[in-house]
Amino acid sequence: MRRTTPAPRTSREHTVANDPVENPPGREELTVPSVQSSEQSIPTHPGGGTKAGKDPGDVLARAYAQGSQDPVQLLTPEGERVQHPDFDVDLTPAQLRGLYRDMVLTRRLDTEATALQRHGELGLWAQSLGQEAAQVGAARSVRSQDFVFPTYREHGVAWCMGVDPVELLGMFRGTDHGTWDTEATRMGLYTIIIGAQTLHAVGYAMGLQRDGVVGTGDPDRDAAVVAHFGDGASSQGDVNEALVFASSYQAPVVFLCTNNQWAISEPTERQSRVPLYQRAWGFGLPGIRVDGNDVLAMHAVTTAALQRAREGQGPVLIEAFTYRMGAHTTTDDPTRYRLSADVESWKLKDPILRLEAYLRRNGLVEQAWLDELAAEADALGERMREGCRTRTDPDPLSMFDHVYAEQTPELAAQRDGYAAYLAGFEEDQ
Amino acid sequence: MSTPSSTQRITLAKGLNLGLRKAMEHDDKVLVMGEDVGRLGGVFRITDGLQKDFGDDRVIDTPLAESGIVGTAVGLAMRGYRPVVEIQFDGFVYPAYDQIVSQVAKIRARTDGRTAMPVVIRIPFGGGIGAVEHHSESPEAQFVHTPGLKVVACSNPADGYAMIQQAIASDDPVVFLEPKRQYHSEKADVDLAAEPAPLFSSRVVRPGTDVTVAAYGPTVRTALRAADAAAEDGTSLEVIDLRTLSPLDLDPVVESVRRTGRLVVVHEAHTTLGVGTEVAARVTEECFYSLEAPVLRVGGFDVPYPAARIEEAFLPDLDRLLDAVDRSLAF
Repeated sequence: MRRTTPAPRTSREHTVANDPVENPPGREELTVPSVQSSEQSIPTHPGGGTKAGKDPGDVLARAYAQGSQDPVQLLTPEGERVQHPDFDVDLTPAQLRGLYRDMVLTRRLDTEATALQRHGELGLWAQSLGQEAAQVGAARSVRSQDFVFPTYREHGVAWCMGVDPVELLGMFRGTDHGTWDTEATRMGLYTIIIGAQTLHAVGYAMGLQRDGVVGTGDPDRDAAVVAHFGDGASSQGDVNEALVFASSYQAPVVFLCTNNQWAISEPTERQSRVPLYQRAWGFGLPGIRVDGNDVLAMHAVTTAALQRAREGQGPVLIEAFTYRMGAHTTTDDPTRYRLSADVESWKLKDPILRLEAYLRRNGLVEQAWLDELAAEADALGERMREGCRTRTDPDPLSMFDHVYAEQTPELAAQRDGYAAYLAGFEEDQ
Repeated sequence: MSTPSSTQRITLAKGLNLGLRKAMEHDDKVLVMGEDVGRLGGVFRITDGLQKDFGDDRVIDTPLAESGIVGTAVGLAMRGYRPVVEIQFDGFVYPAYDQIVSQVAKIRARTDGRTAMPVVIRIPFGGGIGAVEHHSESPEAQFVHTPGLKVVACSNPADGYAMIQQAIASDDPVVFLEPKRQYHSEKADVDLAAEPAPLFSSRVVRPGTDVTVAAYGPTVRTALRAADAAAEDGTSLEVIDLRTLSPLDLDPVVESVRRTGRLVVVHEAHTTLGVGTEVAARVTEECFYSLEAPVLRVGGFDVPYPAARIEEAFLPDLDRLLDAVDRSLAF
């Protein structure tokens, strides 16, 4: 395995790299494969989606019509590759290793941030433990013209979108509310008000429609939006209104509901009497449940849904069925409301272990590569610790800077008064 | 007296309509969205004819969900559009309150200025139209109390025409209050080519010497009528149209109070912690030694807006305003 220099951001699509981190082994092989057959009237999205020859629109329309479904699964918890009638992936060994690497490094950044909170460096952290496949599989379906609206737990999505993990720490350390460049990374800031971002996603998608970049037939131009939310958020009015608006305007939005079974202490049953993906049907869009711990299934279904949305066929709701292995946040104590036996049973469905089992069994990974990845994870951890400690407090006067585009006289006066007040202390010394 | 050819005799509704039209012609990123704003032209006809001329991509009839309207406007603004949102009635804005306060107002600060939020939220406000519940309220204090928003209120056709264009051109989110009972009530000559005053400025609309009266939106007309009545009794009122509520432009008020020594603030909104409270506090700070009487507030009573048959008892009218003027003079 050789190491290469990071690729420019413009080639980010389907490359498995997060720019700030040292380039991974095998990355150079992760280019976009060409469409295999020009005879297909509707090309399969590179890397997977619907099975060869199957139109995502047809498949998802059928999903809409069917009464119930088993979750889409392409990789069993034991790491056995299984076939699905509609969805498939066509990934090179290097791409498979890339997904594995994304998940391993996502888990590491999450573990590291949790430790930083325990050491008092962060005020809070929302763990993504166990949800790596749901996040990475979906995010690796996103193209550079798309846009992603996260909640506050999509650390794996942020990783794949090229957000520096150190920047994720800012809001939890209390130095800022999110500093990454949303235009360059194509990912909005973390949103704390539950479900609010789903409406922003629909509005952004309505903007794409007005910009004429939906359904043009040019796959490099057509764009769509991913709206992340959780099982708890599915009860919010904003999420329901977002589904209404998206359906009404046939906006290019993929609603990605991560059902991790818990909204702090409340199980999904408290939110809904029906499986969450079935909610979609009442809004007039396809809903589909995916094994959220299966990175291949997540990648296939999200790829198909995004392709359908970009083509102008409207929104889709994906329910990623997974489990919040950690606490809601570092202040939460899940032992008060859930059984350890449940957690243990979900450990057997771990998203990383199942892909590792598959890679090992099929001779797609060498020990040396895994060792290198482990070293890379350690380096990431060190970089996060260092980056966290050097993320210093902002100047108190900076709070006045960006309230308005055009500063108001009264706020300028408040700022100047406070500056003079502070200066008075310095003169006293 | 001759008038320039650019002058039209129009209502407030027509002024707003012409202003919206001009803003849409000026910038194709300007969108109008809300309930019934398209085919119908809005329940007050403020957007009349816009969808026909600009298409349904730019004049958008939305589903009936206020949070959805404002929330999608946020996303459109993130994509580079300048949405002008119509909330059908004041009392219907509360379902959108979270999106306005937690998102529209805060996104610029949250992103350290990287993401602009040039959204205008138009709200027909105030009472006096004999409507059912929730159709006559004055919620402006809720938005004045929210950093990140700017809040303005127009009071006449010329301001309606100019201020809506200025609000749309602002890179900050603006809550734009329109006195609904004046939409179609009176016409005025408006020179459409006139250079407007800055959006965030207040203005003396009637000079006087004895008592200063600060008003905005629908109570400007009340104050002007009170000034006529007071003049018959030999009392000279100076009336100031505040126009901008956040930021407040109190320089003309302070200048006036230093001359008159007396100030009455009048609005339809509930009196407690209303805009008048802030004006009173600041004028007291600025004009303490000039004041001959405490600053008095005349507002809606601190009760839920009453049923229409008794709304005139709730609303500050000419007599309640003159009563406050008398109390100020008698202090």
